[in-house]
Amino acid sequence: MKQWFFRQGAAMKIMKWMRRDAAAVWIFLAPSAAGFALFYLIPFMMGVFYSFVDSPVDLHFAGLENYRELLASGSFRKAAFNTFYFSAFSVPLILALSLGLALLLNSKLYFRKWLRTAYVLPLVVPVASIVLVWQILFDWNGSVNAWLSGLGVDRMDWMNSEVARYVIMVVYLWKNIGYNVILFLAGLQQIPKDYYETAYVEGAGRLRQFSGITLVYLTPTMFFVVILSIMNSFKVFRETYLIAGDYPHDSIYMMQHYMNNMFTSLDIQKLTAAANLMVGCILLIVMGLFAVERRYRQFME
Amino acid sequence: MRVFKVIHKASLTLVMAAIAALFLFPIVITFTNSFMTAQEIDFNYGPIGQINEATEKGKKLFGNLKWLPDQVSMEQYGKVLVGSSNYLKMFWNSVFLVAPIIAGQILVAAFAAYAFSKLQFRGRDRWFLVYVMTMLMPFQVTLVPNYIMADKLGLLNSPYAIIWPGIFAAFGVFMLRQFMLHIPYAYIEAAKMDGAGHLRIFFTIIVPMVKPGLAALVVLLFVDYWNMVEQPLIFLEDPFRQPLSVYLSRINDEPGIAFAASVLYMTPMVLLFLYAETYFIKGIQLSGIKG
Repeated sequence: MKQWFFRQGAAMKIMKWMRRDAAAVWIFLAPSAAGFALFYLIPFMMGVFYSFVDSPVDLHFAGLENYRELLASGSFRKAAFNTFYFSAFSVPLILALSLGLALLLNSKLYFRKWLRTAYVLPLVVPVASIVLVWQILFDWNGSVNAWLSGLGVDRMDWMNSEVARYVIMVVYLWKNIGYNVILFLAGLQQIPKDYYETAYVEGAGRLRQFSGITLVYLTPTMFFVVILSIMNSFKVFRETYLIAGDYPHDSIYMMQHYMNNMFTSLDIQKLTAAANLMVGCILLIVMGLFAVERRYRQFME
Repeated sequence: MRVFKVIHKASLTLVMAAIAALFLFPIVITFTNSFMTAQEIDFNYGPIGQINEATEKGKKLFGNLKWLPDQVSMEQYGKVLVGSSNYLKMFWNSVFLVAPIIAGQILVAAFAAYAFSKLQFRGRDRWFLVYVMTMLMPFQVTLVPNYIMADKLGLLNSPYAIIWPGIFAAFGVFMLRQFMLHIPYAYIEAAKMDGAGHLRIFFTIIVPMVKPGLAALVVLLFVDYWNMVEQPLIFLEDPFRQPLSVYLSRINDEPGIAFAASVLYMTPMVLLFLYAETYFIKGIQLSGIKG
């Protein structure tokens, strides 16, 4: 009997303790935080440390020497430019295209659900499965060239020229548009219809309605879509790798290629320095986005 | 007027269908070509990848993208599944990599997302920003330290070097937090009044309400890790341990069976998607509405 009371008491205590937020935070966050620290945070800090020493064995402080060498390296600058160019070009492009598709899909249509499925399907089809078709299309002896020569246009070496960049962009768009379309569709359906009616009564044109209502109320969705699109624009490395291998044409030599190659040649200093510069840029972008989102929220309130 | 409306609707549908066809075209081609015989494949796609030979002859020999096989055959499938290739082995490698990551990440992330969305603690938003940061970082950023860490933990050339970081990746937390933000505090307050603790609230209120989010997350994680390329290349030197995604990038040298291999590879993904589509779409939609 006594024991039972004791147990009951202990259980009550635990329950009470559980109800306090501070304890709950620990229970809910601890598994994730521990693993996150071990596999992401600590490795990242180790990386920062390595970028400032002259070799991972000696551990002599080298100041900014690694960064100076890195910035002097031609292949780094090429990789950084390509990655930046790719994201800066393809993210706005995918935003515009997917918003356009979402707007069309949101108007009166037959088979709307089927169409939506068709747009999303590329997302779930592994690129490794489709690589073969891309190769058949864009090879020197590929089908696109066959069609071009049918039209009397000279063939071009798609994957071994500046155009390769745009071929990869097409793959990126093909794969990721559907996801963004779904997100935008959901955002569009959240906007109350009478806003448009009021605007119409007050004499606002289509364009004015789009910029004054649609874009404003889509901002939270936009925030989410931009973050995911940037993330996916870095992931396009996989497609590039599967299509063009370890040593692609200069125009699609990405930061990830560079870092992989630095890893293979065991140039840890350059790799970590490059990684940190990249993270610095990502941090600026993310902080910018969060700041915009905060301002938007204040504006709406 | 009414006729005009119908025409408008039909023509718009037609345009959208044309765009959809563009999206589906590589998938359809892969599927139909998987029923070609090796001979036909060689005949149609022989010139692909042979830059010098084809130009030296002075003729323009092009690969010929064909929609339908002349003769439907299961030859490719037979070769992939029972032939000498390591296809099945790689397939299971993929499964054993992806399944634990999905199960683990869902569990860990759902808990963490609850803390980030429904609990108050100091530095919450700042820590969340750190999570989002790592989500955006390419895998290569922490490659060296991760490699050293895997080495120290004795995980090199073992799938666990990929599975553990996969479980703790931030994407699940991000996605599910986004989702839980929609659940009004009132539900939680009411449950608290009734004497429920946080664990109880989590399992009886939150989990059922984020089911579409969980479904969407399963599909998205499946897609992401089923497609994994960088990690296995670095952490699994032994080709017999590598997953299908890496194997398929090499099988392309062997177009005779590549189409069938590709179809078999995408089938689990596509089936999962079609099965869970309503949930998946709903899940994605709800995640994006509120920031």
